[in-house]
Amino acid sequence: MTSELDIFVGNTTLIDEDVYRLWLDGYSVSDAVALRVRSGILEQTGATAAVLQSDTMDHYRTFHMLERLLHAPPKLLHQLIFQIPPSRQALLIERYYAFDEAFVREVLGKKLSKGTKKDLDDISTKTGITLKSCRRQFDNFKRVFKVVEEMRGSLVDNIQQHFLLSDRLARDYAAIVFFANNRFETGKKKLQYLSFGDFAFCAELMIQNWTLGAVGEAPTDPDSQVDDMDMDLDKEFLQDLKELKVLVADKDLLDLHKSLVCTALRGKLGVFSEMEANFKNLSRGLVNVAAKLTHTKDVRDLFVDLVEKFIEPCRSDHWPLNDVRLFLNQYSASVHSLDGFRHQALWDRYMGTLRGCLLRLYHD
Amino acid sequence: MPGKLKVKIVAGRHLPVMDRASDLTDAFVEVKFGNTTFKTDVCLKSLNPQWNSEWFKFEVDDEDLQDEPLQITVLDHDTYSANDAIGKVYIDIDPLLYSEAATVISGWFPIYDTIHGIRGEINVVVKVDLFNDLNRFRQSSCGVKFFCTTSIPKCYRAVIIHGFVEELVVNEDPEYQWIDRIRTPRASNEARQRLISLMSGELQRKIGLKVLEMRGNAVVGYLQCFDLEGESGLVVRAIGTACTLDKLSSPAAFLPACNSPSKEMKEIPFNEDPNPNTHSSGPSTPLKNQTYSFSPSKSYSRQSSSSDTDLSLTPKTGMGSGSAGKEGGPFKALLRQQTQSALEQREFPFFTLTAFPPGFLVHVGGVVSARSVKLLDRIHNPDEPETRDAWWAEIRQEIKSHAKALGCHAVVGYSESTSICEEVCILSASGTAAVLNPRFLQDGTVEGCLEQRLEENLPAGCGFCHIPYDELNMPFPAHLTHCYNCRKQKVPDVLFTTIDLPVDATVIGKGCLIQARLCRLKKKAQAEANATAISNLLPFMEYEVHTQLMNKLKLKGMNALFGLRIQISVGENMLMGLASATGVYLAALPTPGGIQIAGKTPNDGSYEQHISHMQKKINDTIAKNKELYEINPPEMSEEIIGSPIPEPRQRSRLLRSQSESSDEVAELDLSHGKKDAFVLEIDDTDAMEDVHSLLTDVPPPSGFYSCNTEIMPGINNWTSEIQMFTSVRVIRLSSLNLTNQALNKNFNDLCENLLKSLYFKLRSMIPCCLCHVNFTVSLPEDELIQVTVTAVAITFDKNQALQTAKTHAEKSLQRASTDNEELLQFPLELCSDSLPSHPFPPAKGWSKHLESASSNSGIPAAQRAVTVEKASPVGEGNFRNRSSPPCANSTVGVVKMTPLSFIPGAKITKYLGIINMFFIRETTSLREEGGVSGFLHAFIAEVFAMVRAHVAALGGNAVVSYIMKQCVFMENPNKNQAQCLINVSGDAVVFVRESELEVVSTQQPTANCQPACAGGEVTT
Repeated sequence: MTSELDIFVGNTTLIDEDVYRLWLDGYSVSDAVALRVRSGILEQTGATAAVLQSDTMDHYRTFHMLERLLHAPPKLLHQLIFQIPPSRQALLIERYYAFDEAFVREVLGKKLSKGTKKDLDDISTKTGITLKSCRRQFDNFKRVFKVVEEMRGSLVDNIQQHFLLSDRLARDYAAIVFFANNRFETGKKKLQYLSFGDFAFCAELMIQNWTLGAVGEAPTDPDSQVDDMDMDLDKEFLQDLKELKVLVADKDLLDLHKSLVCTALRGKLGVFSEMEANFKNLSRGLVNVAAKLTHTKDVRDLFVDLVEKFIEPCRSDHWPLNDVRLFLNQYSASVHSLDGFRHQALWDRYMGTLRGCLLRLYHD
Repeated sequence: MPGKLKVKIVAGRHLPVMDRASDLTDAFVEVKFGNTTFKTDVCLKSLNPQWNSEWFKFEVDDEDLQDEPLQITVLDHDTYSANDAIGKVYIDIDPLLYSEAATVISGWFPIYDTIHGIRGEINVVVKVDLFNDLNRFRQSSCGVKFFCTTSIPKCYRAVIIHGFVEELVVNEDPEYQWIDRIRTPRASNEARQRLISLMSGELQRKIGLKVLEMRGNAVVGYLQCFDLEGESGLVVRAIGTACTLDKLSSPAAFLPACNSPSKEMKEIPFNEDPNPNTHSSGPSTPLKNQTYSFSPSKSYSRQSSSSDTDLSLTPKTGMGSGSAGKEGGPFKALLRQQTQSALEQREFPFFTLTAFPPGFLVHVGGVVSARSVKLLDRIHNPDEPETRDAWWAEIRQEIKSHAKALGCHAVVGYSESTSICEEVCILSASGTAAVLNPRFLQDGTVEGCLEQRLEENLPAGCGFCHIPYDELNMPFPAHLTHCYNCRKQKVPDVLFTTIDLPVDATVIGKGCLIQARLCRLKKKAQAEANATAISNLLPFMEYEVHTQLMNKLKLKGMNALFGLRIQISVGENMLMGLASATGVYLAALPTPGGIQIAGKTPNDGSYEQHISHMQKKINDTIAKNKELYEINPPEMSEEIIGSPIPEPRQRSRLLRSQSESSDEVAELDLSHGKKDAFVLEIDDTDAMEDVHSLLTDVPPPSGFYSCNTEIMPGINNWTSEIQMFTSVRVIRLSSLNLTNQALNKNFNDLCENLLKSLYFKLRSMIPCCLCHVNFTVSLPEDELIQVTVTAVAITFDKNQALQTAKTHAEKSLQRASTDNEELLQFPLELCSDSLPSHPFPPAKGWSKHLESASSNSGIPAAQRAVTVEKASPVGEGNFRNRSSPPCANSTVGVVKMTPLSFIPGAKITKYLGIINMFFIRETTSLREEGGVSGFLHAFIAEVFAMVRAHVAALGGNAVVSYIMKQCVFMENPNKNQAQCLINVSGDAVVFVRESELEVVSTQQPTANCQPACAGGEVTT
């Protein structure tokens, strides 16, 4: 006796959260059944392995059919085939678009292309995440990227509108899309200590302050496909950043800046002497990062540069985080007292974001 | 020109990409009704086209309105080649033809293609303007309401229950026409879908005409079935119960004069007029001519049963007087005479109802069934167009005579079915013989005093158990005792019925699903030899199924079966029998004895030991079941309680007949006459297997109950969560050395595993009950067994679960009496509540419901004013909008589906019409669609979706009495192909949650104080 066909269809589609998780994690039906058996479900319910097998198959089939709709979540809301309560729909979508920290760190900032997709095998081996799950996550990134790529308006809003994600998840996706679009390098060894959360935090600050959308300069011609407002950095701003070079190039200005910062921080900093000794190096580092941002290549290395030029020196001198905060605050604020410096607004736009990023990135 | 059909095509969405180059579609729509076709403009390059078409108007006969479906085809325009069809929507416009049902069909319909499934959706609005028909000889029957529900629909009152109506139409199956060899599978499927749609429309119209002839206005318990006879054709047949229903309309309490039933009834749009106008014969289309052209000239019938012998069994005089009490006697005779006269006028005093108005059912005799084996033949003979009719008439006649033998004049819970394999067809009919109260059967002349006397005399909760036949002249040997409830009249020791448990029946403990399962191998044979083989096997199968049922019933410690349905399916090389019923312990019937096992070879010591071991196991099981189902009947002094030794001479009330009825009597006597049904003799391995299989049935896990009746006896505190589902399993038997035992075991395991899977899947609903569990078995091919189950899981409140049956009965009586009052609020509810869950834009919803409310002539102006006030979004109506469930913001309204006639925790406020849909799905890429399971899973989900969409478009939010009548699945994995046909039906309704009703009823008094708040009509 062999089972040829075995199905269960409810008027309200049954969703088992545990099985959904297993499916999302890319387990095969037999692996999923084995895992469920291990969870002790048979003892709890008095069911047999055959029942579990049939149940798992049913759920997998349902998920497989739902997957097409999950690729465009608004379709899931409007479709008529599966009657699913709204709370369950939200759960399905949210879980489908959720991703693994380990995975996202591997692809963050990489081009979401076929080439990267080929590397998923290695990523799967490295992270222990099943290849199937890696593919789903990668395809999700790519799909969201494709949809919002050409859109104007707030990145987070666009994502939320087209994928019906929670605010939290939509922000994460905005960061992923932003990183993929600007191809920021995140995979270097010195960046390994950083979490996805660190990068997402920086991405949000950069989207808010450094993109075209940030300054509210909507192109006058609505048909012009000039820029993706939230995804691309404001080119004009990046050009202007060269002007900051004067802060380190002009020796008087640099000395004045240093003395202002040192005066203000004397006695307040545990690492004052180290700061005083390193000031010029640090300042040069931060200003040079800004000045280099005109080149796409250097934009990509932004995080590498920040770590090399600022974070590592501070860390090697064992600056406490609070001292870093006091220093950066004073460092940005003192520029306002430099009479010879005319790019105050530009400086604030640059340093405001950078300060936030550096503080977030400064940890072990 | 009696009707104008108006159709507007609004928009489409989620269309498939038809042009690979642009990834877009240039869609347009063809709207076809009868022979008229309209087209919309082409909406270029869009997957979400907005057509916003004009109103397409079809001027048609109402006959066509009833027969024809509206056919909407969505196509992709192609300049250079033929336009590609995207898919179709068939809309049955019948619900628009009754005065009280839907007024408009409007909503999103899935676009369906028989090869690709659902491909996007289309928004359509359909209306019908009917003109009065002055033709006395009209062929249409617009206005007759149809209900699948097998009880009097919730917001109606039965004035008269007229009785049985039946009809069948025959045609050639397009799949077997010569043209099928040259057309595409799609064209063939569509031809079939369309033909069946047409035939069901025609069938419904003809039944409607019969109802009008009987002066009724509705058909209740309408059951339509298809017989796919293959080469020999396609039969669509239907049975139902004609009634005169009276809507329990709201204003009765305010202005009783406005609400006379007669007035309501005259609202049927076509009043008769003595004007012998044209139309009499009606211009018949070629298709209609075809419909009757089929008839096999030669039919092979093994039906040899003689009705005369059966009839002679009928005790002709003094019936009931023997068993009747002093007061009851003369009255009962009177009653019987009246019933007799009322029923004798009818050819078949059958009722498809399974639940009845209080007082309708007087006594129940037992199950009557008849089967006959026929050979289908393709030869067309126009001179004998009624072959199928004659077949059924024969069977019905037999049922009637069986009922008479049981001293009953009527058959209730009546149903018919067929099983076809190649050219052999088994026709089956079954029902419950009963004595009915004449009050509902004829015009209200005998009401009054009789009605009163009846209520005085009938003891509550046990009357229906009292035997209707003469004790001294019993049609079969039976063991009678005095009723354990009233102690006055005689009752049998077990009672088998096909009906639902009467609401006033006193039940002890809970009920449970009891199934008997059986397989019998048969040799492959052709034609007559095959039919003979089947005929010969049938009596044995019936007997064994019956024995199994009886044993399992005893094992559960119960004494009555309700909702009994025995299905015998025929395959190439085997017969399958599956009986399902709900066992209960009726307080009026005696406590069942145990089961005793007797061995044939008493000298063998180890054997003895084995037997006693088995006996112990059985006794333990009975004790455990009694505890499980809470069966603790009050102790009876004259009864030896718990005696494991059964009383002698057991016979059940199941009266059967096969084709070979003459032999049957002998066979039954042989097996039953001297032997004790309680004693299981283990004389060979077969018997041993039987006993083992008795013990292998596992009870459902704790927190679960199951039954195949509407509600579970002993549970009455349902909560509102329901989950209807369909589960299908097909197993392949290993062809090697198949034996009856191996088959039985496989089949038993299949059913048990299926149930176990259901319990597991629905575990999150515990405590819950699977109600209306409906198993169907078919044998699609050699070595394949298909089991289809449809049921509904309903949650209940465990804390109140231990209420006694007594209060349940009281409650239901109370409910019946308060129905009228509660119904007052319905129009109010309708307006304000259907809104949040409605898929339509609110404005449309308002006007629609207001229309329907104000068009109801029974509502006086004051009431209407209240209605409007309530409905206004700024009024109190808002209050409930806010408290509506969170799904309110979803664009797709929730549509509940249930095989029951009610929705727990809710009131049905309106019946919108019958849903009767037939779909075919075919694939030539079976593997790509996930194999057979993936294919069928998707198809059933699509069928549900299409049913829900139609209900939502009618303005409803639920389907009750839903049934999947057919699920024919065929596969050819080698060719990567599969095909499936599904036929479903049900009643589309509007329901309102009781919790929401209460809100209104508290607000009601205030609302009533403002009768002058007119002006409401303006807003419509």
